Amino acid sequence: MVKKLILLMIAMLVLAMANSTKAIAEEKIIKIDGSSTVYPVTEAVGEEFQKFKKGAIKVTVGISGTGGGFKKFCRGETDISNASRPILKSEMELCQQNGIEYIELPVAYDGLAVMVNPKNNWVDKMTVEELKKIWEPAAQGKITRWNQIRPEWPDAPLKLFGAGVDSGTFDYFTEAIVGKAKSSRGDYTSSEDDNVLVQGIAGDKYSLGYFGVAYYEENKDKLKLVPIVNPKTGKAVIPTMENVMDGSYQPLSRPIFIYVNFKSAERPEVKEFVEFYLKNAAKLVKEVKYIPLPAKAYELALERFSKRKKGTMFGGHQEVGLKIEDLLKREEKTK
Amino acid sequence: MRDKVKISKYLDAAFAITGLLFCLIGIGVIIILFVDLFMDGAPRLTLKFFSSFPSRFPDEAGILSAWVGSLLIMFITALAAIPVGVGAGIYLEEYAKKNWFTDFIEINIANLAGVPSIIYGLLALGIFVYMLGFGESILTGGLTLGLLILPIVIIATREAIRAIPQSIREASYACGATKWQTIRWHVLPYSMGGILTGIIIGLSRAIGETAPLVTIGALTFIAFLPSSPISSDFPFISFKWLFDSFTVLPVQIFNWVSRPQKGFHVNAAAASIVLMVMTLLMNGFAIYIRYRFRRKIRW
Repeated sequence: MVKKLILLMIAMLVLAMANSTKAIAEEKIIKIDGSSTVYPVTEAVGEEFQKFKKGAIKVTVGISGTGGGFKKFCRGETDISNASRPILKSEMELCQQNGIEYIELPVAYDGLAVMVNPKNNWVDKMTVEELKKIWEPAAQGKITRWNQIRPEWPDAPLKLFGAGVDSGTFDYFTEAIVGKAKSSRGDYTSSEDDNVLVQGIAGDKYSLGYFGVAYYEENKDKLKLVPIVNPKTGKAVIPTMENVMDGSYQPLSRPIFIYVNFKSAERPEVKEFVEFYLKNAAKLVKEVKYIPLPAKAYELALERFSKRKKGTMFGGHQEVGLKIEDLLKREEKTK
Repeated sequence: MRDKVKISKYLDAAFAITGLLFCLIGIGVIIILFVDLFMDGAPRLTLKFFSSFPSRFPDEAGILSAWVGSLLIMFITALAAIPVGVGAGIYLEEYAKKNWFTDFIEINIANLAGVPSIIYGLLALGIFVYMLGFGESILTGGLTLGLLILPIVIIATREAIRAIPQSIREASYACGATKWQTIRWHVLPYSMGGILTGIIIGLSRAIGETAPLVTIGALTFIAFLPSSPISSDFPFISFKWLFDSFTVLPVQIFNWVSRPQKGFHVNAAAASIVLMVMTLLMNGFAIYIRYRFRRKIRW
């Protein structure tokens, strides 16, 4: 009797196992991974989308970083990849090897803010050249005092704080300021966690650092924004929502993207999600303290998606100081 | 002579005081940490916090998917580590002959116990996620942490078995019992307290692990629970949840800590309290079990 029962149980377990593997294929899951900068936006959209669909479609979002996300994306493991910079040449090649095609869609702006301690009463604005003088590799061990940047500034030590070298923020800042991605001095406090940088700058009168604007918004009492001189207009600008949106806060603002797997986009749930994303981005982006693209840009992006335009608008490298509308009108390059 | 004795006594007292001081430092740090966490996070510890999914609004965000994930992962971890670990421990202590091969195994187990946890994550990424094709699932997570605590379980099992006096085994053999009967009816029951303690210590280490789970792809935003193990269709049991994606408490905490909004930091503190209480409960349970089994055994 006992033996029969055990046999029956084993049979049921085997059946259950078989059923489980079958059911996986049927389930509607949208897998997203990638940049931690884009994460809050996609999280917000995912949350709203699941509420909207009443849980019929599941959305998962991971944080592997832009580079890590593309690795998974180009192996076909994810449907959508969050990216805080355009896809790179090497990543394009990887995708091509595996036959993965993609649609590139900008979803928001991210501004990088340069910050000093609130007790700092001498910095009124900074130019790109001054920032370059501080951050370029040649400055390592040499530019260590404030008066080396401008003679009238105090003869006091310069304490630097910046993004971790694996982040898209670091890539973009170095590209925009030094002129070459990942080219930076190494003798500063770097952290992947921007809250560490906030604490560092807040605790030292002679500090200077850079990170995403969202972190400034939450710590206004502890930090002071440095207006950055726009090299084209010569005007010193702070990264407010208006200034980033109209393109006057340059070169330290950039679009952030999602990359949609071309094959996944044929699945109705992914198609619906991406359309939901672009239609609701303007409102949700603001809620998570990021800067939305102009309404026209979302329309162009939606059009791009409905026409299923493959490839990237960039040539596998970063570009500084782009207007999003001009970008979307460009022809795509797939190679 | 008398002076020497005096000095020695002073030294003795001085050492006792230093020892006590160091003890207090350890306890003090824990208390400060807990009080600090509690002051930050306690107001968030509502029922809603336990029953809500992560959200972009700190006030609405909760740890439902995280604590369910942690619990399920622990279940798989225990299921994987206990039979293998206890079995290996029994074999090494009772059956294995002393030769170069067992020495080799022993050295390796001792080494494994000291391997950084991220290495286990990389190993699991290669074997479970890609080679065996389990994907970034609860099954993978549980097996990874199972591997991680395996050396702890093996070592604890061996220590516990070694503590059983040889005379007990001999008495059993004298009555005509086989080796297995001796182990089954004498060695295992007597060493159960020690083995269970080791298992629970291992599990409470596993519950706080972040690095290996991030490596194998624990996600940060999951607003749904793994599928239910009971299904409405025949055969009424489903293992689909084994292959579902997951998040765990430490990963959720890590994510909240790095967000800009203050509200998320409060959430992180609250989730940390939950994690600490879970660990303390598990350790407390281990102490209770040890106490009970010790009292029950009368030789």
